[in-house]
Amino acid sequence: MMSETQPLLAVNGVEVVYDRAALVLKSVSLAVPEGGVVALLGPNGAGKSTTMKAVANLLRADRGEVTRGSIVYDGRRIDRLGAADLAPRGLSLVMEGRHCFASLSVEENLRVGAFTRRDGRAAVADSLDLVYRCFPRLKLRRDSPAGLLSGGEQQMCAIGRALMAKPRMILLDEPSMGLAPQLVDEIFEILRRLNREEGVSFLLAEQNAAAALRYATHAYLLENGRVVLDGGAASLRADPVVQASYLGLDADGRQTFRDPAAARPRQRWLCCGRWRPE
Amino acid sequence: MDGLWFFVEALVGGLLSGVMYTLVALGFVLIYKASGVFNFAQGAMVLFAALTFVGFVELGLPFWMALAAALGVMMLLAVGIERVVLRPLVGQPPIILFMATIGLSIFLEGFAQAVWGSQVRALDLGIPDMPMEIDRVLISRFDLTAAVIAAGLVIALSLFFSHTRMGRALRAVADDSQAAQVAGVPLNLIWAVVWGAAGLVALVAGLVWGARLGVQFSLTLIALKALPVLILGGFDSVAGAIVGGLIIGASEKLAEIYVGALIGGGIENWFPYALAIAFLLVRPGGLFGGKRVMRV
Ligand SMILES: Nc1ncnc2c1ncn2[C@@H]1O[C@H](COP(=O)(O)OP(=O)(O)OP(=O)(O)O)[C@@H](O)[C@H]1O
Ligand SMILES: [Mg+2]
Repeated sequence: MMSETQPLLAVNGVEVVYDRAALVLKSVSLAVPEGGVVALLGPNGAGKSTTMKAVANLLRADRGEVTRGSIVYDGRRIDRLGAADLAPRGLSLVMEGRHCFASLSVEENLRVGAFTRRDGRAAVADSLDLVYRCFPRLKLRRDSPAGLLSGGEQQMCAIGRALMAKPRMILLDEPSMGLAPQLVDEIFEILRRLNREEGVSFLLAEQNAAAALRYATHAYLLENGRVVLDGGAASLRADPVVQASYLGLDADGRQTFRDPAAARPRQRWLCCGRWRPE
Repeated sequence: MDGLWFFVEALVGGLLSGVMYTLVALGFVLIYKASGVFNFAQGAMVLFAALTFVGFVELGLPFWMALAAALGVMMLLAVGIERVVLRPLVGQPPIILFMATIGLSIFLEGFAQAVWGSQVRALDLGIPDMPMEIDRVLISRFDLTAAVIAAGLVIALSLFFSHTRMGRALRAVADDSQAAQVAGVPLNLIWAVVWGAAGLVALVAGLVWGARLGVQFSLTLIALKALPVLILGGFDSVAGAIVGGLIIGASEKLAEIYVGALIGGGIENWFPYALAIAFLLVRPGGLFGGKRVMRV
């Protein structure tokens, strides 16, 4: 067990530069405790995905680089490792935009997620079972190529693949992107269950602050590559700046016309369309 | 009636030599699929593999030992290429990697000839090049054996791709290399495996073509024979390499016999290219290639 003072993941004063020129993250620090669900909020271009990629060691392929600071996971620095070294240590990333293996079947996608497992076929079969129990829709489509799934199903497939590595922690980059509100809730409910029942910790990058703050225990607000605010989810929900800029509430806490929920009835209709079998 | 038998004979001969083209094209497809790189050095690898095998035979190793040793060398070569050429170029655009394979090709040609010498060698696989008659159709025993070997190799590779953990990881990397890395699949390992597989294919192609043409520098040029096959079948499809090879093989034979006779022959050398270019205009992705599984 971790001591209480040492978080499972700690990002300490990290600075990221793309193409040796563009300074995108400016001394970002954040921490995720063991068993925590932490949200990373912020508008487009704030640097959420960059933070996630920095942790996952994926910047090199984008010609980006961590130029300052350190990233510590489970008591060890991980910022000098390769991208493929994290899954076996129990740290998984679900990338923004889903990134399923389009020509592989759903089940093959999931099995690739277990690539680094060394605990035997039976244990992998158990994990597969768990994923299918969380996402029954994936089981129905287990043999179709992942590229033919709907957006929501692809998100499930990507999350399921991360689960197959039996992670202690999952980094989720915008799981709600492009999904109908109902489906967003469905996915977040599953994440909450995984957090409570399997003890998986989450770092969740989201533009959808309303949804993220409903499920997270703690949140960081990122703007222009800096953490401008952080605190418990409840205190961020009550913060007037957050309310005005990210939750679509006015100063008295009433919903304004910017409230995304105003568009809900129509989106729900779209949501039904999305799940219609092809 | 004789005309018909003659046609069948030409067709079968063409299909069999098409299998030999497939063999070469396959090496390209493997690497292109996994890394999006057109491996200019595939032809040089064929020469390198054949020279290495013949070299070991000349050192006195028996056939199977020489084969195993040459295979070992090709695997070492794959690991070496991954370490020295590919690893430092991670994240570079495909054109840079393509240039690197040009350099590799020149190195391999020079290195192989420096080690084993540059004179033409004979390579004897112990298959008599005597035609045999099946139901009035004469078939080259050598071509038939080569086709069986190639078919075996293709089947083994397909099984490897579709049914093993490593094969699945390979296809995952081909689809999305970043996501595959995140899932814990190390690109270094995959590249070494892919180049190893391409090395195996090069060895088999080198043996078969070397036995037919003699082991010499011009073996590198059979890579050019693969080009129309790739254009026809698609750069990223194993099935395309097979079908493309068969079509090119059969059509160049038939064209030589039936069209060549009208315009004075010599058609066999350029016909595949003409066919490929015509095809390029109609279906630039090839018969099987470039097909993305995507929901619109
Ligand atoms: N490969 C790259 N090269 C150069 N600049 C980049 C690169 N990737 C991202 N950036 C820049 O870094 C900044 C942060 O981008 P990032 O993708 O981290 O934002 P984000 O918070 O995830 O936004 P979104 O909500 O739109 O996903 C942006 O200004 C972007 O233009
Ligand atoms: Mg992003």
